[in-house]
Amino acid sequence: MAAVQDGGSELEGEKEPKPELMNDGSTAPAAAPSSRPEDQQTLLAVLQFLKRNKLIESVDALRREAGLADEPEEAPGSEAAGGAGGAAAGSGELGDAGALLSRVSGGSQSAAAPAPAKGGDDQPDVSVVLSAYSQQGDPSLYQVYYSGLKKFIESVLDCHRAELSQLFYPLFVHMYLELVYNNHESEAKSFFEKFNGDQECYYQDDLRVLSGLTKKEHMKGNETLLDFRTSRFVLRISRDSYQLLKRHLQERQNNQIWNIIQEHLYIDIFDGMPRSKSQIDSMSGSLAGEAKREDNKTKVYYGLLKEPEIEVPLDDEDEEAENEEGKPKKKKPKKDSMGSKSKKQDPNAPQQNRIPLPELKDSDKLDKIMYMKEATKRIRLGPESLPSICFYTFLNAYQGLTAVDFTDDSSLLAGGFADSTVRVWSVTPKKLRKVKSAADLGMIDKESDDVLERIMDEKTASECKILYGHSGPVYGVSFSPDRNYLLSSSEDGTIRLWSLQTFTCLVAYKGHNYPVWDTQFSPYGYYFVSGGHDRVARLWATDHYQPLRMFAGHLADITCTRFHPNSNYVATGSADRTIRLWDVLNGHCVRVLTGHKGPIHTLAFSPNGKYLASGSTDGRVLLWDIGHGLMIGELKGHTDTIYALRFSRDGEILASGSMDNTVRLWDAIRAFDDVETDDFTAATGHVHLPDNSQELLLGTYLSKSTPVIHLHFTRRNLLLSAGAYNSQ
Amino acid sequence: MTEAREERRFAEVPRESIKLMAESAGVELGDDVAAMLAEDVCYRLREATQNSSQFMRHAKRRKLTVEDFNRALRWSNTETICGYGAQDALPFRPLKEGELFFVEDREVNLVELALATNIPKGCAETMVRVHVSYLDGKGNLEPQGTVPSAVQSLSDDLLKYYQQITRAILGEDPHLMKVALLDLQSNSKIAALLPYFVYVISGVKSVSHDLDQLNRLLHMVKSLVQNPYLYLGSYVRSLVSSVMYCILEPLAASINPLNDHWTLRDYAALLLSHIFWTHGDLVSGLYHQILLSLQKVLSDPVRPLCSHYGAVVGLHALGWKAVERVLYPHLPAYWANLQAVLDDYSVSNAQVKADGHKVYGAILVAVERLLKMKDVSLTGAAEGSAAALQNSAGGVIGFRESSPGLSPPPEPLSEPPLGIASHLQAGGAGCQWEEWTPVSLPAMYCELYSFFGDSLAVRFSTGPALGGAPSAAPIQSSDSRKEPGNGTANLESTRKMPQLTANMNISPRQDGSPRTEPAPPSLAATASGRREQARPSSRSASQSRDIFPKTRFTPPQAGPPAFSFLIGGRQMGRRCQGRRFQTSFTPTPLLTSLPPRAYAHKLPVIGRVSKPVRRWTCSHYSLYLPL
Repeated sequence: MAAVQDGGSELEGEKEPKPELMNDGSTAPAAAPSSRPEDQQTLLAVLQFLKRNKLIESVDALRREAGLADEPEEAPGSEAAGGAGGAAAGSGELGDAGALLSRVSGGSQSAAAPAPAKGGDDQPDVSVVLSAYSQQGDPSLYQVYYSGLKKFIESVLDCHRAELSQLFYPLFVHMYLELVYNNHESEAKSFFEKFNGDQECYYQDDLRVLSGLTKKEHMKGNETLLDFRTSRFVLRISRDSYQLLKRHLQERQNNQIWNIIQEHLYIDIFDGMPRSKSQIDSMSGSLAGEAKREDNKTKVYYGLLKEPEIEVPLDDEDEEAENEEGKPKKKKPKKDSMGSKSKKQDPNAPQQNRIPLPELKDSDKLDKIMYMKEATKRIRLGPESLPSICFYTFLNAYQGLTAVDFTDDSSLLAGGFADSTVRVWSVTPKKLRKVKSAADLGMIDKESDDVLERIMDEKTASECKILYGHSGPVYGVSFSPDRNYLLSSSEDGTIRLWSLQTFTCLVAYKGHNYPVWDTQFSPYGYYFVSGGHDRVARLWATDHYQPLRMFAGHLADITCTRFHPNSNYVATGSADRTIRLWDVLNGHCVRVLTGHKGPIHTLAFSPNGKYLASGSTDGRVLLWDIGHGLMIGELKGHTDTIYALRFSRDGEILASGSMDNTVRLWDAIRAFDDVETDDFTAATGHVHLPDNSQELLLGTYLSKSTPVIHLHFTRRNLLLSAGAYNSQ
Repeated sequence: MTEAREERRFAEVPRESIKLMAESAGVELGDDVAAMLAEDVCYRLREATQNSSQFMRHAKRRKLTVEDFNRALRWSNTETICGYGAQDALPFRPLKEGELFFVEDREVNLVELALATNIPKGCAETMVRVHVSYLDGKGNLEPQGTVPSAVQSLSDDLLKYYQQITRAILGEDPHLMKVALLDLQSNSKIAALLPYFVYVISGVKSVSHDLDQLNRLLHMVKSLVQNPYLYLGSYVRSLVSSVMYCILEPLAASINPLNDHWTLRDYAALLLSHIFWTHGDLVSGLYHQILLSLQKVLSDPVRPLCSHYGAVVGLHALGWKAVERVLYPHLPAYWANLQAVLDDYSVSNAQVKADGHKVYGAILVAVERLLKMKDVSLTGAAEGSAAALQNSAGGVIGFRESSPGLSPPPEPLSEPPLGIASHLQAGGAGCQWEEWTPVSLPAMYCELYSFFGDSLAVRFSTGPALGGAPSAAPIQSSDSRKEPGNGTANLESTRKMPQLTANMNISPRQDGSPRTEPAPPSLAATASGRREQARPSSRSASQSRDIFPKTRFTPPQAGPPAFSFLIGGRQMGRRCQGRRFQTSFTPTPLLTSLPPRAYAHKLPVIGRVSKPVRRWTCSHYSLYLPL
C-alpha cells in the first residue's frame, strides 16, 4: 500500500500538529476510522511496519487513534483463524477482517511469514503478501481446474454466463501467479499459453506484463503484481449466479478455485436480475475490478458554494453604454441575477465553511467584478452556435512540450517542457515584468496611487519568461486563480511554487519522492493537490511545506488531479484505470469510478459541479454523475489518448482534445438530459448506456500535426487549445 | 532453455552474449549461470521498457526515446546508458564474420569540429503563435502548418506516399531524390495528390534563399509534367507561375554572387518551354500571359539584371518567334540601360557589370538563333509566309516528338494558340505580338548588327550557309557569351549606344496611343526600306539619330525593302499611327514608321511606363513639334 511505501518519515509527519487551518485537524488519512476492509488492511500493515521498526509509541498512538484495541496482537497466532477465515468468508461479503488478517499474517500455511522481513526492503509487506500463494495444489491440475470451471460457465444459462465470465480474468491471474510463485515455471507457461486468449481484450496490457513474469524472484518488486495482491479483485454478481457457482464448486470439491475466490476476490452480491454482458463490460476494466457498491454510498456535496456578494460599481459601464441602449435596465437585472443566485442555498452544496477558505482580497474582488462583466458578454453556446476555436501552437518546441495551462482570464499561458523549464507567455499585448530589486523598491514613494505600477521594472518587460529550477521534465503546471503564482510538478519529485511578480521560485514542496505527474490549484487558491508515481495524492497549502492530506488508495500511478469547483473534493485519475473522488475535509475516498480501459489522463468537472468527465488512453470520454456515483455517458470518437477536456463556461459544450490532432465538441446538455437516473439504477448501480456518441458529437476539428494537450474556455466562451507543432 | 527458445514472445538476450560480456569483464561463467543471467536480464529489460512507456505517455509523445528508457533505469536505481540521446536513428549493423551486430559509432574529429568555421546556429526560440482555427465552429481561415490540412483526409497510403516523396525530394539524400523523382514521373496512381504537390511546389517563394531547394522543386515540376498519367488541367497555371518565379524573380539566393542562380534560371526557362509545348493547350491564353510577364520584366528598368536575364532566357526558350516578338522590338530600349551598365567601369559596379555581361550574352544567343531560324524558315517556305507557317506547323509535330526538349520545335507550336485573327479583334494592348508581321531578315540583321557589331556579324555570315550547318551557331554563341565583356564587341556596342537613345526618343511618343501601335510593327518589317527615306527627314532633328542610319544601313539591302515598302505604307495609312499623326503630320506619316524596335517602347504601356521613358516622351514631342 502506498502509505507503507512512503515509509516512516511521512507517518511521523502526519503525526505533527495539523495546520491550524484544518480545524478538524488530527485525522491522518491513513488512520481514518473506517469499517472498510481496505482501510483496516492498510492499518494493519502500518502497524506491522511500525512494530518492526521498534516504534512502540507510534504503534500505541495509532492503535488508540484507530480504536483497534489489541486486535493485531492476534495476528501472529492466527493461522487457525486464517484457516477458519477461508471458511468463514464463505458468504463472501462477510468475514473480510478475518480473511485479511490471515493474509497479512501469512495465510494458512506459513506461520513464519510475518516474521521480520528482510531489512532495508523498500516494500516490507511484499513477501507477506506473496506468501499468500504458498498454499498449493498439484501444479499439473491447474489446467484441469480452470478448464473445468470454464466448461461449467459456458454451460450455464446465458443470463448467468456473462456474470460468471467475470471470474475468468482474476482466477486466471491468480492461478498463474500461484504457479510462478511455487516455481512451476513450465506449467505456468503452458497454463498462460492455453488460457491467455480467453481474456477480455481490455486486459491485454496487464497480461503482457504478466506474461513476462516467469520466476519467483521477479515477483518481488513488480508493481503491477503488487497491486493485484494487495487489493482484492472486486466482482459484482447477482445472488442467483453466485449460488450457481458455489454449488458447482462444492459439488466438484474444487478447493483450489474456491480458495482463490475466498482469498483474493471480493464478490459483491446483489439481489435481482443478473446484469447483461454490455452492462458488465461498461463497468469493468480497472486493475482491481469494479468498485464496491458501498464505496459510492457516501453523500457528496457537489453543489457550488455561495458566491460572495460584491457590489458591481455603477460607473464601470461607460464603454458598454454605446452599444446597448437600455443602460440602466441592464444593470438592474444583472444585480438581481447575482443576488438571486447567491441567496438561494443549494441543498447539495457543502457548508460554506466546511473547509476553511482564504479571505477575498481587494484584488480578488476586482477580478470577480471583471469576471462578471465578461460573463455578461459571454456567448451562449449550443448545438447551433458552436464556439470559435483559437489554436495556440508552440513552435520550435524541440525540447518537448509536456504541460500547458491558461489563467482563468486567458491572459497568461504557461508551458512545462521536458528540458525542465517552465515558460510563461503573456498572450495579451501586456508584457511580463518583474518587480524591481529591493534596493530600488526602497526609493519608491509608497503613498503614491500608482505604486503598484511603479514597483514593476520596465526594463524586464518581455513576452516570455523562463523559469529554471526543476531537474526533470515538468509534467504539470497550474496558475493560481489570482495569477500571482504558478505551480509546476516535475519528474524530480518536487512541486515548485513560482512567483509571477518576481519570476522566481518561492517554494519547492518535497514529499512525493517520485515523479509528480500532475498538480492543480484549488479554484479558491491557497490549497493545491498533486499526484504522481507513488500512488498517493497529496493536498497541500501553499504556506505549509508538508502535505495536509494524503489520499492513498490508487493501485497505480496517479496521472491527473483536479479540484471540484467547490474546492471540497478532489478527483484523481490513475493508471489503475479508476477515478477516485476524495473528501478534502477528512481525506476519505468517497467515490470510486470504474469503466475506463486505459490509464486516465484528464478530468474535468462540469461548472455546476454535478458531473465529471474523464478521458483516457483508450480514446473514450466517460461522463459521471457525482451525486449517484454512476457512469452516465460514453463518448466515442477519438482515436488516440485524450489529454484535454473542458466544459464551456455554462456547461453546454464539452470539448475534448487528443493526441489524434483533433478537438471534438460534444453536446453536454443532451448527454446529461438523455440519462434518466431512476431509483433502481441509483440503488443497484447498473447502468444502461445509450450508444449515442455520434448524435452528441457536434464537430470534429483538425489541427495540423499538432496534438491537442490543453483546452480552455475564455470567460466569453471562446475555445483556446494548445499544443506543440509536431514536424516529425 | 530450449523451451524458452520455442516460444519467442519477447526479444531475448542469448547466453552467448552474456558469456562474452562476462569474459570481457574477466569472469568465467558456466552454461547454467549464463542461462539464468540471460533470462533475468531479459526480464529486467522488459520491466524497464514497460516502465519507460509511462514517461513517454506523460511527455505526450508517441515515440519512446532513449531518454525515457534512461529515466526508467534511473528510478529503478540502475546506471543509465549515456551517449545514445541523439534524435537521429542509429544505424544498426551486422558484422559478417561472427554474426555480430553493433550500433555504428562514427568517430568525430574534435579538431575539425572545434575549428569549423560554420558555427551551427542554435535552434530557433520556442514560441507560441495563435491563430483562429475555426470561427463559430466552421472552417479554417488560414493555414497553420506546412502540411495542407486536407492531406489528412487522404487515404493513409497516399498520405504516406506524399510524405515520403516530399521528404525524399526535399531531403538531403541525392539518391533518394532521384528515386522519388523517377517514381513521380511514372506513377499512375497519384492523381489525387497532384494538388498537394502543386501546393508544395508553390513553396518556391518561401525558399528563394536556397538554390538547392529551388532546384529540387523544379525537378519536381519536371517529373510531374512528364508523368504521362497526370492530367494537369488548370494546375498548369500554378506550375507555370512557380517556374516563372524561379526565372524572373530576384531570388534571395542571387544576392550572393557565388550562388549560381544563372543555371537555375536557365533550367527553369527550359522547363517553362517544356511545360508550354506539352501542356500549353490546357490553359487558353497561357502563351500571352507568359510573354506578357516576360516582357513586363524586360521593360522594367528598375528590376535587377538577373531578372532581365531570366526574361531573355525565358523568351529564348519559348522559341525564336517569341524572341522576335518581344525581345527584338524591345531591344533598342533595353540596350540603352544595359549599355550604361556595361560602360560603368567603377569598382563598385563590377558585380552589376558582370551581371550585365550575362544578360548581354543571353541576348546575343537569343538573337542569333532568331536570325538563324528566320533564315531557315524563309528559305524553307519561299512562296509566302502563310504557307511557311502551315508547313512548319506540320513539321513541328514530328519535331516535337523527336526532341521535345530543344528549341526548334517551339516556334511553330507557339503559333496555333496565337490565333492571329482573334487577337487582332481583341486589339488590346496586350496582344500586340500577334499582329506582328515579321520584319524581313536583312532589316533585322541590319538592326541587330547595329547593336552587336561584329560579334554578331560573324554569325550571320555563316548564317546563309548555315541552313546546312545549324550546329555551328551555338558553339560560337557560347564563345560570344564570354567575349562581350571585353574586346571589340564591347567597344562596338558602346559606340552604338547613342543610336539607341535616339530610338528611344522616338518611341515614347507612341506611348499615349497603344492601340495604334500594333499596326506599325507589322509594317515595320517591311518598312525598313522606307525608313531610309523617312528617317533622314525625321531624324535630322537630333544628331544622335543621324548616326543611326549610317551605321545601320551600311550593309546593302536594296531589293526586298523596296518591295515590301508598298504594302507597309498601305497598312500604315489605314490604321496604325493612326489618327494622331495623320492629323498633325499628314505629310510625313512615314516618319512614324520607325524602325521596328522603336515600337518596342510602347510595350511599357502594357506593363508599366517607367519614368525615364516619360521624360523622353516629352523631349520627343518637343522634337517633333517643329516638324
